[in-house]
Amino acid sequence: MYTQAMDTLREEGGQPVLRTAEEAALQQRFDQRIDAGDFIEAKDWMPENYRKTLLRQISQHAHSEIVGMLPEGNWITRAPTLKRKAILLAKVQDEGGHGLYLYAAAETLGTSRDQMLDALHTGKAKYSSIFNYPTLTWADVGAIGWLVDGAAIMNQVPICRCSYAPYARAMVRICREESFHQRQGYDSLLVMMKNGTEAQKAMVQDAVNRWWWPCLMMFGPPDDQSPNSAQGMRWGIKRVSNDTLRQKFVDAAAQQAAVLGVTFPDPDLRWNEESQHWDYGAIDWSEFWRVVGGDGPCNRERLADRVQAWEEGEWVREAALAHARKSELKEAA
Amino acid sequence: MQASIKIPAAPELAYLLRLADTCLISGQRLGEWCGHGPILEEDIALSNMALDLIGQARALLTLAGQRSGQCGGQGYDEDQLAFLRDEGDYRNPTLAELPRGDFAFTILRNLMLSTWLKLMWQRLGESSDAELAAIAGKALKEARYHQQHAADWAVRLGDGSDESRRRCVVALDRLWPYTPELFEDDAVDAAAVAADLGPAWAQLREPWLAEIGEVLGEAKLAVPPAPTFRSSGKSGRHSEHMGYLLAEMQYLQRAYPGGAW
Amino acid sequence: MSDTNSEWPLWEVFVRSKAGLDHKHCGSLHAADARMAVQMARDVYTRRQEGSSVWVVRSDQIIASDPGDKDMYFDPAEDKVYRHPTFYKLPDSVDHM
Repeated sequence: MYTQAMDTLREEGGQPVLRTAEEAALQQRFDQRIDAGDFIEAKDWMPENYRKTLLRQISQHAHSEIVGMLPEGNWITRAPTLKRKAILLAKVQDEGGHGLYLYAAAETLGTSRDQMLDALHTGKAKYSSIFNYPTLTWADVGAIGWLVDGAAIMNQVPICRCSYAPYARAMVRICREESFHQRQGYDSLLVMMKNGTEAQKAMVQDAVNRWWWPCLMMFGPPDDQSPNSAQGMRWGIKRVSNDTLRQKFVDAAAQQAAVLGVTFPDPDLRWNEESQHWDYGAIDWSEFWRVVGGDGPCNRERLADRVQAWEEGEWVREAALAHARKSELKEAA
Repeated sequence: MQASIKIPAAPELAYLLRLADTCLISGQRLGEWCGHGPILEEDIALSNMALDLIGQARALLTLAGQRSGQCGGQGYDEDQLAFLRDEGDYRNPTLAELPRGDFAFTILRNLMLSTWLKLMWQRLGESSDAELAAIAGKALKEARYHQQHAADWAVRLGDGSDESRRRCVVALDRLWPYTPELFEDDAVDAAAVAADLGPAWAQLREPWLAEIGEVLGEAKLAVPPAPTFRSSGKSGRHSEHMGYLLAEMQYLQRAYPGGAW
Repeated sequence: MSDTNSEWPLWEVFVRSKAGLDHKHCGSLHAADARMAVQMARDVYTRRQEGSSVWVVRSDQIIASDPGDKDMYFDPAEDKVYRHPTFYKLPDSVDHM
């Protein structure tokens, strides 16, 4: 569900080092296919930095999905009605499914899921920083659906046309399944704002206040500080710039907030008649880098939760393999 | 703080609530696994089962709420029944409310409850209450899958590694004392049988023991001796765990009286 | 560190969306045995009524054509235009043939 411009942390995609004439020919053919809008499949030849960049982005995307299960999962046992409980459980489960599709896409590049999880668990791999914020009230669940999923969808739709076909196929499936995620969040907030008590309305506004700025940060650093990945654009891994997507998000959210009856915590947010867009205030990038760097409110807890689930599952995974081996021996006998 | 609702003391209503609460509380416990499963694929499978159980609970609670109005009480919706009863008015057998435990505990409890539910739904398909029979027809398909899933895992874990076997033995030992409650009759059962609403719970005992015995045999796990302990959740006297489960589950409905969700 | 030998094998999943249609590849998953793989496929890939039947096959059992052979394998079919019905221009009165 969630990408953030994480690949901007460490830009790759400089000119590849070519060693042989044969490799140069392969590179040229690869470039021609990319430029022609062809899809690249797992067994096709690809430059090493293409493989590495994709592996990093897809695995980070996958990690974001499964870490992203935790903040909302925090409310499954406390959902206020059985309908909301079912919706939330189905949504968080979907995120697990999306993580699974993405790990599978990344595995086609030659790295096992266990290796990727190991990178997550040892802190070598990143995931979207938005999940390092806490879900303090029930309204956070709605706010995540509306704003976090809304931001994620804007980031993700362009990747459905990514040059790497297994990633593009996974994204098509994910975007299709996710179409209800943002709607259910907005619907949940709308019911509270239209029919709820004053205490509920205050809960909604408080949640929106806390999630607004972190959501704007999900699109990554401003374009002028983000060495624009021409290579990423060419490969179709990145198709629209951070600021363009962010502006699109603000424009949509501002209108949705008005219908909902909530405000965003930004005194500079106003309609600009000239540009036909919503202007917004300065983003505190020091907070973004602090959270990315590991010092957000929940970084340690989120990672510890994932590691714990994985370690507690180890005996289960081993037992299933042990049983499978026994059954194979029995059949062979 | 939102006050509790009052439940009329009609046996037919208690019969429905026992079943509804078994689904509700099992679904609540299974939902705790979401995001914490031993592997992604299994995480998704457990959530699917929790969703089925919550769906069954919703259908049964809606029906029970209507019946409540018809037997001299007030009519209620699914959420009033799910979130606003006092602990003593929840009627699930204690087995369902025990903390989720490790994966072996969850699997073996699922095996016990899904087998029990499957046998129950089969019989409720012939209920004199057409709405209950319709719910049973849909739920039976779900319970059959849950049973297959749990049975396959029970065999993998029972006949897997030394560690998985050890955990199964421990879990079975903890769970088994809560199983007699699934097969004890009282006035509620007598009324249900008299009205052709559904079977007395004792009628499920023999087929349940046969099916469980078969799975445990394949899993190379011994059926524990018959326990002398009797749990009593279905009469409203629960374990210490139920209060915490309800405090969590009911929190929002209690803390935001008159709220819209 | 995870031991790569302890990872469950990878399976490819094929789903028949409804009776009468082909099974179509829709993704992959990890499972310890074939029975589990079928159940996992059901749980992972048919949550929205996408299927009425699933196939699973161990990924390492699939033999694929070499992408390098693509030209040699598939281009020769390109000029066999006479294999297609549109190649034959018939009088209008019998063209629905």
